[in-house]
Amino acid sequence: MKKTSDLSRAARGRMRLRGMIRKESIQIMRDPSSIAIAFVLPVVLLFLFGYGVSLDARAIPLGLVIEQPDAATAGLAGAFERSEYFAPRRFGGIQEARQALAERRIDAILWLRNDFARRLLSGGEAPIAVLANGVDANQARITEGYVQGAWLAWLGRYAAAHGRPLAPPVALHHRVWFNAALISRDFLVPGLVAIIMTLIGSMLTAMVVAREWDRGTMEAMMVTPLRIREVIVGKLVPYFVLGMGGMVFTVVLAVYQFDVPLRGSLWALGAASALFMLVALAVGLLISIVSRNQFVAGQIAIVVTFLPAFILSGFIFDIHSMPQAIQILTHVVPARYFVAILQSLFLAGDVWPVYWANMGAMALMLAVLMALVRRKAHKRLE
Amino acid sequence: MAAAALTLDGVRKGFTRGGRRVSALDGVSIAVRPGRVTGLIGPDGAGKTTLMRLAAGILGPDAGRIEVLGIDVAEDPLAVQSAVGYMPQRFGLYEDLSVQENLDLYADLQGVPRAARRARYDELMRMTGLAPFTRRLAGRLSGGMKQKLGLACTLVRPPRLLLLDEPTVGVDPVSRRELWAIVYAQVREAGMTVLLSTAYLDEAARCAEVILLHQGRVLGQEAPAAFSGPLAGRTFEMRVEGIPARRLQARLADVAGIVDALVAGDRVRIVTAPGFVPDPARLLPDHPEARLQPVPPDFEDAFIARLKDHDGHHRPPPQVTVKVSGSAGDEVIRVEGLERRFGDFRAVKGISFRVRRGEIFGLLGANGAGKTTTFRMLCGLLPASGGELAVAGHDLRRSGAQARARIGYMAQRFSLYANLTVMQNLAFFAAAYGLRRQRRRERLRWALEGFELGAYRDVNAGLLPLGYKQRLAFAAALMHQPEILFLDEPTSGVDPLARREFWARTNALAEAGVTALVTTHFMEEANYCDRLVIMAEGEILAAGRPYEIRQRARTVENPEPTMEDAFIALVQGREAAS
Repeated sequence: MKKTSDLSRAARGRMRLRGMIRKESIQIMRDPSSIAIAFVLPVVLLFLFGYGVSLDARAIPLGLVIEQPDAATAGLAGAFERSEYFAPRRFGGIQEARQALAERRIDAILWLRNDFARRLLSGGEAPIAVLANGVDANQARITEGYVQGAWLAWLGRYAAAHGRPLAPPVALHHRVWFNAALISRDFLVPGLVAIIMTLIGSMLTAMVVAREWDRGTMEAMMVTPLRIREVIVGKLVPYFVLGMGGMVFTVVLAVYQFDVPLRGSLWALGAASALFMLVALAVGLLISIVSRNQFVAGQIAIVVTFLPAFILSGFIFDIHSMPQAIQILTHVVPARYFVAILQSLFLAGDVWPVYWANMGAMALMLAVLMALVRRKAHKRLE
Repeated sequence: MAAAALTLDGVRKGFTRGGRRVSALDGVSIAVRPGRVTGLIGPDGAGKTTLMRLAAGILGPDAGRIEVLGIDVAEDPLAVQSAVGYMPQRFGLYEDLSVQENLDLYADLQGVPRAARRARYDELMRMTGLAPFTRRLAGRLSGGMKQKLGLACTLVRPPRLLLLDEPTVGVDPVSRRELWAIVYAQVREAGMTVLLSTAYLDEAARCAEVILLHQGRVLGQEAPAAFSGPLAGRTFEMRVEGIPARRLQARLADVAGIVDALVAGDRVRIVTAPGFVPDPARLLPDHPEARLQPVPPDFEDAFIARLKDHDGHHRPPPQVTVKVSGSAGDEVIRVEGLERRFGDFRAVKGISFRVRRGEIFGLLGANGAGKTTTFRMLCGLLPASGGELAVAGHDLRRSGAQARARIGYMAQRFSLYANLTVMQNLAFFAAAYGLRRQRRRERLRWALEGFELGAYRDVNAGLLPLGYKQRLAFAAALMHQPEILFLDEPTSGVDPLARREFWARTNALAEAGVTALVTTHFMEEANYCDRLVIMAEGEILAAGRPYEIRQRARTVENPEPTMEDAFIALVQGREAAS
């Protein structure tokens, strides 16, 4: 009966922890869904975002309405026709072009009125009307920007050719940094790392811990010398490894398959990923402790972690163009900080002020979350 | 006497259920003596599981004090959890881990040194008979094997106090015997203290001491024999030529002064009120030859009498009226060479039987014997792979709604809508069977009154005690007054009192001409059936009247075999033959 006494307290604690970790690892390896989330999902998402989704301006269908063609308008139209960003089509009149816009055959209209050349030559204001389809606000804004860029370029050349110094109040020189070719894939793919780690860390973890309640395995386990701390660590370690594996896999695919640049240092990426992984795991644990039901835990995890990571993290949608209230809300989304670090590490390099500020925010979140997990988790059924 | 292994002193515990505070334990004080098996019995909702969980330190009491092996549970739950072994109702093995991996996990959690493991594993595997299956995933084990593995995991480090919460529910009789053998060996050899709750009264009768819990209070704590002591001279058996036992039971149950009347094979067992001297001539004036034979009281008599004394006399269930076409004795169910395959697996291997009108026909067998599959084929829920079947002359798979309207089906685990109230459930089933207006109102009132559900009419079905869930499911299945009833494990997990009520109702229905097909794994319930088949692994091992089947297991050492003895003899005979 006294068999246990020949092991020290610490040795028994280590044994319990090892037992938990081993059990959890075997379960992960035997469960096809966890492997799928860690290694198949990244491939699917990378292909989807790498090839399918594009926020780039390429061959925007643009309607040109030139009411009185002449040399000046021909030059401007030529500038658009030569640009790889546009695929212009000519329309005889504005009504016809508007019809095409309404039918979504074109995304925008560039309208030069019949007095364009006269006003240009007289040195007065020569307005250009741009009508963009605002249904897709993102696309409209991008189109607007590109039209402006093309127009400014033309204006510069026009002024030079006519030997007249152009005196606009502000000279706008476009120079896109970090992603000079404006390839959205380079911007989206780093953010995917955050999405995939959120899925593993929060969703998978929330479900597997809740499953223990559902199947009644937790009740038997609670009446053993197991400490609650050991339950938590035993759950964290295997999923941490799985999540980091998913991260490395995603990064390797991104860099070698999709030619996304990685300009920052690897250790910085590793450290940030590890910290984010812990935050995601803590959220997952907290959800499963509070809900104790697989279905509910899954639903909460989607709403609380996955969707915000997708929408509110700056992964796709720019945080600064969100309404003020939503911008404030994004501060509680851990993925926001991680996406900021990822984008700077991949596209810009080690930008230490950005890096450490966001790391600090994540560390603070981790501390708060772990304190909550510790408080909520106890060996009681109620 | 040594100090108690477990003491509860004035323990109270309540839960909030659906906005109401429900008391689970209401001032419980008990002491469990060390080195023996103590049984915890009582109807559903008596507080048995709550008591177990409090003792294991995974619930905290609202008031009172609990000591396990001299440790105050509230002060140091971890120390208690290190010293006790606890097997919850659903032990929850990790089904995606193998038998060995489950054992390893619990050995790690319990801090069993590696050097000591080999010997302990070998011993446990030998006792449970799981040695050939150590590499099999726990999810692929049969119900009985899972339960044995659960017990092995609990015993991997011999606990000083073993808490078992209904360890044998749903376990086949052979595995049940093996489980008990293991538990008793631990008590004998290691001096372990065991507290177990059970719904099987024959198991309780074997305990050294029994604690009877009812509505959160202790009604008694004594040796089983002491429980039945006060019943001396109050138990009799009666058998009358020409009156079927079931009809006799119905007549006797109504007599004032008879506390309990129970069909026992071809006889009726009665328990009388104290001081009531039954006179056969007065009980059955039309049968002057009727004789009463005094029999020694058993534990079940005592249990039922004790509960009925406490609650006052239960009213007999109301008569049910059914319009039945045809006459008694017509063949209503015919099964010929029925077979069902799932891939390579033959769940039902060409079985044949017939059921006559007004019969209660039982399908007995362990989990996985093919009972439920047979049922589903009969009800038309599952196509047969081969053979013929006819229910009231139809194959329900192909016949229309009209034929289906004549059957009632009560599914395993009572398919009720947990988040609808009792009334809403009944109204739904009434609507599903197409009952309207006057008829519908009548049937709803009948269900509420006849099944004594009135007090619960606005309670969600999910919050009902199991016995009431069973009543509600039964009422729902009877809503449209079917002629043929399919009852799949209607009494599983339900306490003895509720089981008796159920059988009394079924008896009344059969008397009215309703045909009932019942599956059960409670062997003793076979006595309520007119005829039955015993199934194992998709085959029929024996068919006939309960008495005939029991007689087959008769030996010199065991002249009065129980149905369980008969079942085990049949299964073992089959294994020996193969």
